[in-house]
Amino acid sequence: MTRVRSAEVFAAARAEGRAALVGYLPAGYPSYDGCVAALEAMVEAGCDLIEIGLPYSDPVLDGPVIQQASEAALRGGAKTVDALRTVEAVAATGAAVLVMSYWNPVLRYGVDGFARDLAAAGGSGMITPDLIPDEASEWIAASEAHDLDRVFLVAPSSSEQRLASTTRACSGWVYAASTMGVTGARTATSAVAPALVERTRRCTDLPVAVGLGVSTGEQAAEVAAYADGVIVGSAFVRRLIDGEGPAGVAALTHELAGGLRR
Amino acid sequence: MTATTPDATGHFGAYGGRFVPEALIAALDQLSAVYDEARADPEFTAELQRLLREYAGRPSLLYDAERFSGEVGARILLKREDLNHTGAHKINNVIGQALLTRRMGKRRIIAETGAGQHGVATATAAALFGLECTVYMGQVDTERQSLNVARMRLLGATVIPVTSGSRTLKDAMNEAFRDWVASVDTTHYCIGSVGGPHPFPVMVRDFAAVIGTEARQQCLDLLGRLPDSVVACVGGGSNAMGIFHAFVPDADVALYGFEAGGDGVETGRHAATITAGSPGVLHGARSYVLQDADGQTVESHSISAGLDYPGVGPEHAYLADSGRASYRAVTDAQAMDAFALLCRTEGIIPAIETAHALAGAQQVAAQAPGSTILVNLSGRGDKDVATAAKWFGLLDGSA
Repeated sequence: MTRVRSAEVFAAARAEGRAALVGYLPAGYPSYDGCVAALEAMVEAGCDLIEIGLPYSDPVLDGPVIQQASEAALRGGAKTVDALRTVEAVAATGAAVLVMSYWNPVLRYGVDGFARDLAAAGGSGMITPDLIPDEASEWIAASEAHDLDRVFLVAPSSSEQRLASTTRACSGWVYAASTMGVTGARTATSAVAPALVERTRRCTDLPVAVGLGVSTGEQAAEVAAYADGVIVGSAFVRRLIDGEGPAGVAALTHELAGGLRR
Repeated sequence: MTATTPDATGHFGAYGGRFVPEALIAALDQLSAVYDEARADPEFTAELQRLLREYAGRPSLLYDAERFSGEVGARILLKREDLNHTGAHKINNVIGQALLTRRMGKRRIIAETGAGQHGVATATAAALFGLECTVYMGQVDTERQSLNVARMRLLGATVIPVTSGSRTLKDAMNEAFRDWVASVDTTHYCIGSVGGPHPFPVMVRDFAAVIGTEARQQCLDLLGRLPDSVVACVGGGSNAMGIFHAFVPDADVALYGFEAGGDGVETGRHAATITAGSPGVLHGARSYVLQDADGQTVESHSISAGLDYPGVGPEHAYLADSGRASYRAVTDAQAMDAFALLCRTEGIIPAIETAHALAGAQQVAAQAPGSTILVNLSGRGDKDVATAAKWFGLLDGSA
């Protein structure tokens, strides 16, 4: 399978003079099929990059919306292999697909084995919200061996030294957490995010995408003015929790994608 | 074996480290730096010792429990941490962290709690230091330890019942981390055990280590030698690390940690993390974890809220793998039998957590009759009276 890499996606968006739209859903919510259908609808409607969350029992960086969906997915029997199957199904549409996972499920699966199977499923890479480069030697080796993007997070509290070392460890792109807090929609976009993106850019040429708190086209437009990518998670999950299904996430994708093309 | 020191990034062998969101790293670096600086500051040490002496009531007594000893067939020495202010060993750690909070210029302190003892200790220190305090407690635990909820509220703390997941200690800890990610500029997260990201495991152990330092000297004074073994209960493991630490270099002293076996390890309904778990990452550190084949945390079960946790501090994982300490499980029923025995023979009502150590001491005594066993009596049982009365059928109207 030909894998679409993050770098190509960001480059294509940049060529169009816009930021890339990154959409997130946890695998297995509301069901395996329901999740795949929703993700396919998001790709069809204009999500440039898909982030598939691996549901985890103790998601300390997630707010109530993603917690609720992750718990439901686990109760519904979602397994790590199901998340990999989801990657495969969505990658088959030609989209660039990354996994976002807390570290323990990957550790338990086997770091190299997970990297191998993620690459084989057509995945582009992985975002690791609770793995910092300092603890990531095994993942760095595995992602090199299987040619996967390694997306670590930077935060408003990151020192210049950590921005430098973290972005050095990243490949593909960098995830900038826009606020100090957990995932979830916020009414106002972050005032500290532009400064974080600017500080991050001083350390790296990699694209910088901003996540946490974006839920509307208006907010997406604001973030797109200074970032290479806009990451939206909880707002998509909210649509599924509200029972809106693929049509609901497609409508939100249209709104957000419209925001990026203003 | 010399006492264990983690490497510069908080690894005890393969365990420990920092598995947390990047947003928290700056705060952990600050805490590490402030702690290192404080440790080297004689004024900090003097203030800590003054508070432990004048406020917490240290040193705690070493009590030669003759009647209990007679029943179990070994000489049992009880390190009376139950006599500390707030009724448990938890105050030792909390006073230390409250001093650090003040040193960092933070005005708010948060904590997770299971049995409520750490929450009460944190609320107490917050009152003493004039800090705002929020305690996260699983909803299941707020019900089974309602007395401690009231105590925390009397002390001015906000208690937030946590309704996610298993609604116990693990979920309270998740919620405390979520608070901290958003509040880290103004808030110190006072972790109550020897778990969590570096520097918590080493820092909490160091603050708890006063237990073993005192007890070791008290044993020498009383016996003219060291005990044959040291016994403690292990949930997250702070009281156990507290009493073990001074004895780790004493190769002739056996160290035993007793985990909560719940209905029995074979039933799957237990909290025996080292006995029945496997290496993994939970709450910021690599250690043993109760987890399924996919690395999802498995819900733990114990009559003891304070031991009802599917993780354990990384230094215990290290001591277990190295063979320096041994870890075994004690069932709810064994713990409650030991609870009753201490009540009836010594007039001391222990915490149900502590009763696991007492049941463990019975097992060690059976293996080594006539030996001398130092037991960490980590807390008192007032908070557990309702649970115990129900267990033993002592309430009016019960069978």
